[in-house]
Amino acid sequence: MATLPVEPDRIIEQFGPHLKYMAGDQLDASAEPEKLVKTHCCFCGQQCGIQLKVKDNQVIGFEPWEEFPFNRGMLCPKGVKRYLQGAHPDRLLTAYRRDPSAPGGFSPMPYDEAIRRVGDEIQRLQSTYGNDSVGILSGASLTTEKTYLMGKFARVCLKTKYIDYNGRLCMVSAGAANKKAFGIDRTTNPWADMIGAEVIWVAGSNVAECSPITTNYLWQAREHGAKIIIQDPRITPIARTCSLFLPVKPGRDAAVFAGVLQFMIEKDWIDHDFIDKHTVGFDKVAEYCSGWTLKRTAEVSGVSEKALQQAAEYWGQAKSSFLLHARGIEHHSNGVNNALGTINMVLASGRLGRRDSGYGTIVGQANGQGGREHGQKCDQLPGLRDISNPEHRKYIASVWKVPEESIPGPGVDAVEMFRKIDAGEIKGLLSICFNPKVSLPDNSWITRCLEKLEFYVGIDFFLNDTARHADIVLPGSLMEEDEGTVTQVEGRVIKHNKAVDCPGEARQDWRVIQDIAKALGRTHGMTFGSPREIFEELRVASKGGISDYSGITYEKIEQQYGVFWPCPSTDQNGNPIDHKGTERLFEPGSWNPIARGAGPFYFPDGKARFNVAEYRAPVDDADDQYPLLLTTGRVISQFLSGTQTRRIGPLVDQYPEPRIELHPQLAQKLGIADGDWATAESRRGTTTLRAMVVTTIRPDTIFIPYHWAGPKSANQLTVAAQDPTSKIPQYKVCAARLRKADGPPEYVKHLEPQQ
Amino acid sequence: MPVPETLEFFIDPNRCIGCQSCVQACAECGTHKGRSMIQLDTIDRGHSTQTVPVVCMHCHSPTCAEVCPADAIKKTEDGVVQSARKPRCIACSNCVVACPFGIPKMMSELDLMMKCNMCYERTSEGKKPMCATVCPSGALYFGTREEIANLRPMSRPINTFQFGNQTITTKVNMMVPKTRQAEHLDVTSAMNDAPKGKTLSLDVLGTAMYVPAESAEVRP
Repeated sequence: MATLPVEPDRIIEQFGPHLKYMAGDQLDASAEPEKLVKTHCCFCGQQCGIQLKVKDNQVIGFEPWEEFPFNRGMLCPKGVKRYLQGAHPDRLLTAYRRDPSAPGGFSPMPYDEAIRRVGDEIQRLQSTYGNDSVGILSGASLTTEKTYLMGKFARVCLKTKYIDYNGRLCMVSAGAANKKAFGIDRTTNPWADMIGAEVIWVAGSNVAECSPITTNYLWQAREHGAKIIIQDPRITPIARTCSLFLPVKPGRDAAVFAGVLQFMIEKDWIDHDFIDKHTVGFDKVAEYCSGWTLKRTAEVSGVSEKALQQAAEYWGQAKSSFLLHARGIEHHSNGVNNALGTINMVLASGRLGRRDSGYGTIVGQANGQGGREHGQKCDQLPGLRDISNPEHRKYIASVWKVPEESIPGPGVDAVEMFRKIDAGEIKGLLSICFNPKVSLPDNSWITRCLEKLEFYVGIDFFLNDTARHADIVLPGSLMEEDEGTVTQVEGRVIKHNKAVDCPGEARQDWRVIQDIAKALGRTHGMTFGSPREIFEELRVASKGGISDYSGITYEKIEQQYGVFWPCPSTDQNGNPIDHKGTERLFEPGSWNPIARGAGPFYFPDGKARFNVAEYRAPVDDADDQYPLLLTTGRVISQFLSGTQTRRIGPLVDQYPEPRIELHPQLAQKLGIADGDWATAESRRGTTTLRAMVVTTIRPDTIFIPYHWAGPKSANQLTVAAQDPTSKIPQYKVCAARLRKADGPPEYVKHLEPQQ
Repeated sequence: MPVPETLEFFIDPNRCIGCQSCVQACAECGTHKGRSMIQLDTIDRGHSTQTVPVVCMHCHSPTCAEVCPADAIKKTEDGVVQSARKPRCIACSNCVVACPFGIPKMMSELDLMMKCNMCYERTSEGKKPMCATVCPSGALYFGTREEIANLRPMSRPINTFQFGNQTITTKVNMMVPKTRQAEHLDVTSAMNDAPKGKTLSLDVLGTAMYVPAESAEVRP
């Protein structure tokens, strides 16, 4: 039973999060690094180039890497202080087993013994209950090599259909919409293409705090005349000086896109030629949009008619444009439709496949792009292949040298996996790079599910909040302790380089996984000697798929500062070629393996698809009992569930604890002053945090950042409603109420801000 | 080696997103490792996300040095005003009080005034200051006049500031909209302007910075 072995405070006391500040060689200005390692930040999907200073097998600081073209030395505060996660007192240096008699609830154990125990337990569960009784949760902050290995480990070694990943909370709405509309799931253009665009529409992206480097691209575009439209319930820093702000009511984005498209159609600001030649399905979309007058759109979306009209005028009349969106419109039970709504506006404008015009989703995690392409999704095989497609299965079976019928069928999404745990179908869990106790919605339910597991093994470098439930914890690796590729926001495959060795008994994650395979006696296809060997197989596995990496090599990545996929190794006739990568998708006359010359889009007819992007009201919408809308998001100094960043002192100091943002009008009504303790409640949970009274949020909306755990976790309140297609949870809106707290919450007596 | 004359520092508050990269990176420079010298001012968070990064402006005639009774503050030949010299500084805080930009910091644990020295260890070796290298919004920029003219066609640098009767010219430039005719920034006058209706921030640089020239209303 994966219950907490001891009280959480006792676990925290031993395993943190504790704060680390600069000390020793990290503080000593005279400490000379032995080497500078050119690599990338470990955090978000921007994947900024950075040089790590290394001395005595320790990262002691950084030096900007100004030659790397995407960020040219620029970094956000997380990138600046990332090196402080090295040599951290909380670092797991050995394997641990659950031990209620130990002070922190866990006792160290020899690595080999821990691996044997994991092998025995998986064997026991699978022979008792069947292969599918063991599930895997993986993540998109792993290198592509590791994500490929995780998919293969599930299908070939464990032969379980239950694997999914934390991109389920991140990229799947955009991915599903992209596949439906374009047949390919990738941002269309490199970011440099924004400069020169007349209009850039940013829907649901707090660019300044979540993808800071993109700021400079937006500002440079503006210097060259671009109008910037920001759609968000909050005036985030990127919105402060934008050309047009659309203060959308949370959960109403699809209405905005339908209303704007309708106005464009009425004014005939659409590209008939492009629509006729390169798309199908416009008429149905136009028919749907005809119901969305500006008046109705304004009533539903909370954006004024004047602002909607202005947006339609900017977008409709532009000659060149870029549309970017992120979790703000994707984290909804209508997330796929929201994304499709933006794509309909883009397709109607005909502005795609050009140097100055593009569309893209801003990925959240380091490998938000690559991590969703090569088989750790529940329904996917490498190369963006479909696990239900007989041809795809056959090809991958040949690469993996296994019978096609031995590859399991599709599993279920990460949230549904917890429902399977709840129902007793999944009894064993292996997790890596995923902290669902903080990151999944309605997380007190997640805790109850974890407690039902017969066996749980967590792989991590710090004991994350979820791994506190584990029977066995295996010490994994930080990005700087391994090499491997990731695919960043633009679709550019780049490479992380190893700076230091793993400390203590910690192992590179791919070794840990292969050690488990060995303990199970199922080593077939799980004997890679290096990330490069995994990548070489991945190249073959992706060949001919939509995300074709077969022409990419580690050397080419270094020479070109990254390689944009698709990058095939052969031409249309099967002759070997040295492809430089595909910077820009859908250019006129471009060839792809699906359309085979019929057109630029990835469907047999080469045409893009319009999809009716219907507005649906959010699940758990505001009502008399819970009259407010709660929305959640990030702050710049923290990352995801905070497993890493809540341990870095200077980042915690920047924004120590979550606060509830609310408008002064609401604050006055509720008698709450800035800095007061306030209690936010939803139908699922409650949290008491300090209030932050600001005019930069809609008066009907409250905002709580989600990086914190336990009693400070915003996801105690959020709802586990999911999009029917992408299965993304509806993090960005649920009904809530707010009141002044009776007093300081109990946790202030024993928890530090980051804990 | 002196900081090359052609390389200049430009501050553009309109671009600032308050991310604190500059603050975090400042502490990484060898000349003041572990201590951040840059100031990131939040103007009025209740009403706006406006923030302004403030580095030492490196005055042509530095008030801090002029008021120092111990002659501890020196400007190097390249125009960079350095931290106080340890043997001379008497930790009287005259400079802290007198600096019109609020730059010098009294390090009481060291009995020493320290300040932004444009990352002298880096800039004197041909590198950029930490803050201007990492700044992800371009609010802090270090480069040539030609580069900034190409990168920022809608704004121009000025380096004259008016504090009451005191006119100060500086090595560091502030970017202002091209559509504004001001030749200097009257800093203290902003203190008299209450934000209107409490809906806008205290806007020392004027709004609508990026209105194209032909349509911009130029305020007298």
